[in-house]
Amino acid sequence: MLAYIIRRVGQSALVLLIVGLVAFSMFRFVGDPIDNMLGQERTVEDIERLRAQLGLDQPFVVQYYKFLEGAVQGNFGVSYRQGRPVAEILLERAPATLELAMVSGVLAILFGIALGVFTAIRRDGVFANVIMSASLIGVSLPTFLIGILLIYLFSVELGWLPSFGRGETVDLGGWSTGFLTESGLKALILPSITLGLYQMTLIMRLVRSEMLEVLRQDYIRFARARGLRDRAVNFRHALKNTMVPVITVIGLQLGAIIAFAIITETVFQWPGVGLLFINAIQFVDIPVMAAYLMLISVMFVGINLLVDILYFFIDPRLRADRSGGH
Amino acid sequence: MSDFPIPVKPKSRLRIALDSDLFYTFRRSPVAMVSAVVVLVLVLSAVLAPLIAPTNPFNPASLNLMNGFTPPMTPNAFTGESFFMGTDDQGRDVFSTILYGMRISLFVGVAAVFFAMVLGITLGLISGYVGGWTETIIMRTADVQLTFPSILVAMLIFGIAKGVTPVEYRDQMAIWVLILAIGLSDWVQFARVVRGATLVEKNKEYVQAARLIGRTPGAIMLRHILPNVLSPVLVIATISLALAIIAEATLSFLGVGAPPTQPSLGTLIRIGQGFLFSGEWWILLFPAVTLLALALSVNLLGDWLRDALNPRLR
Amino acid sequence: MADPVLSIRNLSVEIPTRHGIVRPVDGVSYDIQAGEILGIVGESGAGKSMAGNAVIGLLNPPAHISKGEIWLNGKRIDHLKGDAMRRLRGKEIGMVFQDPLTSLNPLLRIGDQLTETMLTHLPISRIEAEKRAVAALEEVGIPGAAERVNSYPHEFSGGMRQRVVIALALCAEPSLIIADEPTTALDVSVQAQIIALLRLLCRDRGTAVMLITHDMGVIAEATDRVAVMYAGRLAELGPVRDVLTHPQHPYTHGLMASTPIASQGKSRLHQIPGAMPRLDAVPEGCAFNPRCPHATDKCRQAPVPRVSNGQAACWYPLIDEKVI
Repeated sequence: MLAYIIRRVGQSALVLLIVGLVAFSMFRFVGDPIDNMLGQERTVEDIERLRAQLGLDQPFVVQYYKFLEGAVQGNFGVSYRQGRPVAEILLERAPATLELAMVSGVLAILFGIALGVFTAIRRDGVFANVIMSASLIGVSLPTFLIGILLIYLFSVELGWLPSFGRGETVDLGGWSTGFLTESGLKALILPSITLGLYQMTLIMRLVRSEMLEVLRQDYIRFARARGLRDRAVNFRHALKNTMVPVITVIGLQLGAIIAFAIITETVFQWPGVGLLFINAIQFVDIPVMAAYLMLISVMFVGINLLVDILYFFIDPRLRADRSGGH
Repeated sequence: MSDFPIPVKPKSRLRIALDSDLFYTFRRSPVAMVSAVVVLVLVLSAVLAPLIAPTNPFNPASLNLMNGFTPPMTPNAFTGESFFMGTDDQGRDVFSTILYGMRISLFVGVAAVFFAMVLGITLGLISGYVGGWTETIIMRTADVQLTFPSILVAMLIFGIAKGVTPVEYRDQMAIWVLILAIGLSDWVQFARVVRGATLVEKNKEYVQAARLIGRTPGAIMLRHILPNVLSPVLVIATISLALAIIAEATLSFLGVGAPPTQPSLGTLIRIGQGFLFSGEWWILLFPAVTLLALALSVNLLGDWLRDALNPRLR
Repeated sequence: MADPVLSIRNLSVEIPTRHGIVRPVDGVSYDIQAGEILGIVGESGAGKSMAGNAVIGLLNPPAHISKGEIWLNGKRIDHLKGDAMRRLRGKEIGMVFQDPLTSLNPLLRIGDQLTETMLTHLPISRIEAEKRAVAALEEVGIPGAAERVNSYPHEFSGGMRQRVVIALALCAEPSLIIADEPTTALDVSVQAQIIALLRLLCRDRGTAVMLITHDMGVIAEATDRVAVMYAGRLAELGPVRDVLTHPQHPYTHGLMASTPIASQGKSRLHQIPGAMPRLDAVPEGCAFNPRCPHATDKCRQAPVPRVSNGQAACWYPLIDEKVI
């Protein structure tokens, strides 16, 4: 087991190195950093000084190493647009995105699994078919349209919920949370539904198809042939086997939620890192783009690693070297 | 034995197609037929936009600012002109902008999927057939890319490409950058399926035989292996098309896609969202409904196609 | 004779398809007595398994029983639905599947799979069930049963897994076991052990066994009587000695002649010309007539006589023609 985890950590580190290389190349080759940092009025000395200061006169590998070293310490340079350290901006914005992603993720997982199991078991039921058809609309409905629709209904027409922003936030030692105020919670409702709905649909459809696949397996037939109750067959036998492949995708979906937050944050003007990123793209603010890329990669890779480790607790076949042998 | 061979009239290609299981399930599925009709109507009206559209919304000469904000089907207070779907703030006919917008949405979607398909099939065939280091590099890249949502990959590529293009060309290049970005974010699916099938086919006797009689690897891949993967590729392409259309709309909506000078459906929705609170709902609603109809019907077709070609996947 | 454990009367199973209705089981009748092993033999697609699935109520829709009756211990069960049928499964009818590698849930300990089955059907406590689980594993010959109950299926070999499957099928003490190709997926060396085990356990408990197989060797070794199926119909039914040594139906005869064991010493195996008809194109009259060397016009038109014990479904049964 330890060997397996070490190997997975190694692979994760490799992915991060590659992403780091991409991020660094963006820094180095997309637009001239010197151009971006110095205005129109610059002297040759200025350029040379900055070049040396940024280490741009050193070999590529050394620069890459320096970049990684900086990245590990949270140093991603200075935003071209805001003129402040990128890390500082990101930290300020992270709580908004993380809170939104967390609520959406929980919604998506809970409802996704429940509805997926339901539609698989009641495969030919009317209600299950209605859910399935609705889910196809859900998949085809771009996230931003869902957001606009919700804003139109609940903000413009009914006036119940705010259409933008986080509401009031409370500062908890550097972490600004919207969980503790009424306006903060209210502001969270529409964005988290918008963000969670699409992921929920995906999880539901996946759970359904995996579950149907599992229900076709011999061991399910055998369980039925032994006269086990439907509940035991569906939940004890089928659902557990369904979860093995589903967990990977749920892991990926959690990552996707953070990425898709870009869209939701734009629709709701939610002051998170996603909105920051989209503005960075619009203004070609490379340091912010690169830092966002690194940050989100660390999250994805971390989630994937967690998922792989989680497998051990579900699938005994992977635990072979621990419990096997007698 | 008493049975004589009865001469059978050879079937025409059309007959074979009409008798096929695929067509049979198609006729049995009202959803598939309705979706096909919707897709057909939308594609035709996009292609024929210059003929159908009442005005050319991008010709400044045909615009009249006085027509601005005309609600649908009601004559404008100043000019008395009436528009089927109303007009936007600059007096552009919404119906015409949708037709032209759909042209761009469909063009970007189809071109991006085509690009992704060609790239994916080529890389999939090569990695499956050649193996070794080539395969490792291609498939590892695919794995890493798959860790990230494709919309994010597309945004990044868009951002980088934007950074590389000189400012004065950015708007002109935006459509091509968009195709590149969406296409590059979407090749992995194709490559994986094609590689899997190639690994299976390459060891079959007929491929070995083709190799023995001296067929070149390129010919073997194109003539023998490729035909075997066409049906999954078709399914992925259809579903990818729906995703590409949505991705394009999303990027344009976020302001990192088609520029206002060449608005796609997503750009139109972005523009329309600004008027949601002031009551000019039609500027937003009609492009949104069109986009939904397009994405949904392509998705439904893809879903049906997947079930029809591989019932086990249901 | 005592009342049979299982009695199937004129059973038909139908599947509606795009090309019309196919009948994978067509008017089949047979009985199985307590302690008896009835072999059901035939090519793949002859309807052997479908009949077994019909008995245990596990036909996959749209397949359904269209005609006939199934009686179990004097109770009619073919019309039972839902929970009533479920209570019979495992408790009255046990089933052993072909592939032991896929018929055990990989994520559950085998002890748990055993106890849950017993607790579903028997009025016993969990502790009692756990005890019985160990006993059940011992009974099927798993060494170190007390520890092995805590193992997962992947920790057993194929043959051992099939023993576990048998223990699972028998743990609630059903009166009928349906064994669908129980040895096909196993190594030859293990096959005989599994057959011997099945035979032993069923003799001891007086369990009736429906042994579905295409393997004439298994039939010869394990069964008391044998039913030969062809294209969904019963071709011949009788004591295993008689059917093997004096087949009356030309199909059975062909089958024997093409089996390595029954035709030992022959330099070349016999082949029956042609192939079994597709179920949507079963010929008129006797289903075997296009391949039968003795077929006449009568065989091509009139329905063949019904099978009864010791009587083949044939107008011209082969009398005293030995398979050499």
